[in-house]
Amino acid sequence: MDLLVVVQLLDSMLRLSAPLLFACLAGLYSERAGIFDIGLEGKLLASAFFSAAFAAITGSVWLGMAAGITASVLLALIHGVASITFRGNQLISGVAINFLASGLTALIGQNWFKIGGRTPSLSGDARFLPVDLPFASALADVPIIGPLYSDLISGHTILVYVGLLAVPTTWWILFRTRFGLRLRAVGENPEAVDTGGISVTRLRYQATLICGLLCGLGGAYLATGMAAGFIKDMSAGKGFMALAALIFAKWRPGYALYACLLFGLLEAIAIRYQSIQIAGVGTVPVQFMQALPYILTIIILAGFVGKAIPPRAGGVPYVKER
Amino acid sequence: MTAPAIELRNISKAFGPVQANKDISISVAPKTIHGIVGENGAGKSTLMSILYGFYRADKGEIFVNGEQMDIPNSQAAIAAGIGMVHQHFKLVQNFTVLENVVLGAEDQILLQPSLEKARSLLQELAEGYELKVDPDALIEELSVGHQQRVEILKALYRRANILILDEPTGVLTPAEADHLFRILRSLRDEGKTIILITHKLREIMAVTDTVSVMRRGEMTATVKTTDTNPQHLAELMVGRSVLLRLQKEKADPGSTVLKIDNLCVSDSRGVERLKNISMQVRQGEILGIAGVDGNGQSELLQVLGGLATGTGSVEINGQELPLSGAGSDAQARREWGIAHVPEDRQLLGLVMDFMAWENMAFGYQHDERCRRGPFLMDIQSMQDYCRDKMKQFDVRPPSITALAKNFSGGNQQKIVLAREIDRNPDLLVVGQPTRGVDVGAIEFIHQQILDLRDAGAAVLLISVELDEIFSLADRVAVLFDGRIVGERVVSETNEGELGLLMAGIAESPAQAESRAISVTA
Repeated sequence: MDLLVVVQLLDSMLRLSAPLLFACLAGLYSERAGIFDIGLEGKLLASAFFSAAFAAITGSVWLGMAAGITASVLLALIHGVASITFRGNQLISGVAINFLASGLTALIGQNWFKIGGRTPSLSGDARFLPVDLPFASALADVPIIGPLYSDLISGHTILVYVGLLAVPTTWWILFRTRFGLRLRAVGENPEAVDTGGISVTRLRYQATLICGLLCGLGGAYLATGMAAGFIKDMSAGKGFMALAALIFAKWRPGYALYACLLFGLLEAIAIRYQSIQIAGVGTVPVQFMQALPYILTIIILAGFVGKAIPPRAGGVPYVKER
Repeated sequence: MTAPAIELRNISKAFGPVQANKDISISVAPKTIHGIVGENGAGKSTLMSILYGFYRADKGEIFVNGEQMDIPNSQAAIAAGIGMVHQHFKLVQNFTVLENVVLGAEDQILLQPSLEKARSLLQELAEGYELKVDPDALIEELSVGHQQRVEILKALYRRANILILDEPTGVLTPAEADHLFRILRSLRDEGKTIILITHKLREIMAVTDTVSVMRRGEMTATVKTTDTNPQHLAELMVGRSVLLRLQKEKADPGSTVLKIDNLCVSDSRGVERLKNISMQVRQGEILGIAGVDGNGQSELLQVLGGLATGTGSVEINGQELPLSGAGSDAQARREWGIAHVPEDRQLLGLVMDFMAWENMAFGYQHDERCRRGPFLMDIQSMQDYCRDKMKQFDVRPPSITALAKNFSGGNQQKIVLAREIDRNPDLLVVGQPTRGVDVGAIEFIHQQILDLRDAGAAVLLISVELDEIFSLADRVAVLFDGRIVGERVVSETNEGELGLLMAGIAESPAQAESRAISVTA
């Protein structure tokens, strides 16, 4: 394997892990505040559809992104109302959101564009295009650094960089600010927050809204950055993979980055090596390679990877009066 | 004359049909320690929760330092200078002490300056009031005594002038409790007002200046502590005269029933919770096991009750009791003549959503009287039996179809006790028999345990209440960190000595030897 192949693999790893990263950080805010969210998938999908649809209609990817974020935030609010205000079961509410998103996007897509639930192909300003970082072309011919900088680091869409920057930002917010302290506390022991004179409800809604915003960015990237339009069920379980990555990462932003990159790398390998010859075994079928990220998801969710302690008050509605 | 620090006028609060507080008025003078006593369910905690903005009163007025206040939430209470130390600490377990102290009272968006400010304040308070804690320790690493100090520090950091403590000593050793009282006195001398809620009369006498008594949601009396005594307060709490300590005959022990040798028990995580303990209990005697909660008491109960496995040797009437594998389950334990009254009656002793007559049969449902043929239950006989028992044990209300969860703590305990001691067990293992039980029922339950002893049963009594150990046990062993750190004859020891043992300050071998000599001499 030469350097070029490695750079290409890592390059597509970054590209493929960005939507996971958004969803994973979204889940991190929500679960750190004590709200389990298995509706990440639905929010990604809804945002993917609305961002592609509005980008197609208006011709502006930014308006598309705004629409995607709005859709995702609205779904997050539904989850918030169900699980915070009405103290419902957070898993059921999440499942409902996933079904809602999966059905509605296909239905509205067919109704608006009449091409089988897809949106028209996007091009030009209706898509996020790769950004060339400064000096990328100048450095391209320098050995080692050249390909690493201009091929691997440069040349992604803006949202990939936003996603990567969201990791240290999230860490800083969680561990260095007042809001972060309260957010972590409300996921561990909401009574401590309540007796401290801070509204549990408000904090949890804030976390849910951030979750919606980040999922919105992830969905917009899926349909208008990574792909050139929406196709039915295009999130393909990424929301669930992000959940697995979140558990794998023990709810910590830095580890979340590594976990998402790992999933992204597996996907990149599956795409590049459609068939692998292994001596004695024969050819590994392409289906197996494509299934690898999902198999890893199951292994992680089944708890085979170390002990991960979730936030203590996770999944439990906060009830104050008897 | 200065205005009272706190004045409540005609406070009422109902939860559904239950009137938790009825028309309560109380006035707390500044710079005093004011005790509020009452049985469980008398409404003390509800009243304080209203004062702290956790609940809203249906009716009534609150005055703080002479000014009428509306306290809709905790924020308002904090702003009014009221701080509260809850019975169950409201701390975030995996946060540091500093993070817990500043949580909710941060000055600005960034954390660091608030943490630094808290650090220097903690330093001052630690020196001023014996409130020493490591600011960087995680809460889960601290002892309960230290966790409580963090709660007090939290209140002081928020500039509380009026400090409410709800059952503060329930989880403390006597030494830790004394330390707490020293802290409270020095806070009072610095000008703070302290409200102490408790059901322990000893504490009221030890530390308060004034005491108010609550019964069934009403305030029945307010007296100066120096003008009263525990007996008088107990009567005010219960509404009739009670025996705080029962008359008991000297024990007349017979042959050894329970003999434990080098028993070890590990919990589910593999941590050893009982380390080579040995003890004996004979017919007609009560061995008390004292110690602060969480030092291996639960494991001892569970292994004897057939709910946990262990290693070592346990003999019942000279026969080896299996500690793991076949024949070590709870059902087999009953056949060995061991009755088990679990410490958490709501979790292990009763099914809360089942009726009294069903609960009265649990564990004994295979008995002849409960069965009709090989498959059916004899419901009639089970109900008759339950009716009898409820009458005999004075369970109120005497309704066999009431759900277990609708009885008070004391009546729930009576149901469990009635069921367990009915078959005249050789050994009764009983954990925290009067936790959450009101004073009136305590007397009854204690009498039942004593009667069983006098009938020739061996009783192993596990209790964190030293008062209970002193009024029931003939001998007492102290558990600390899974080991027995000392054994005493109850009539020859005192609370001070046991308190030291409970804190893990074990006697040196030399002391033990000199004591042994003095006994033989």
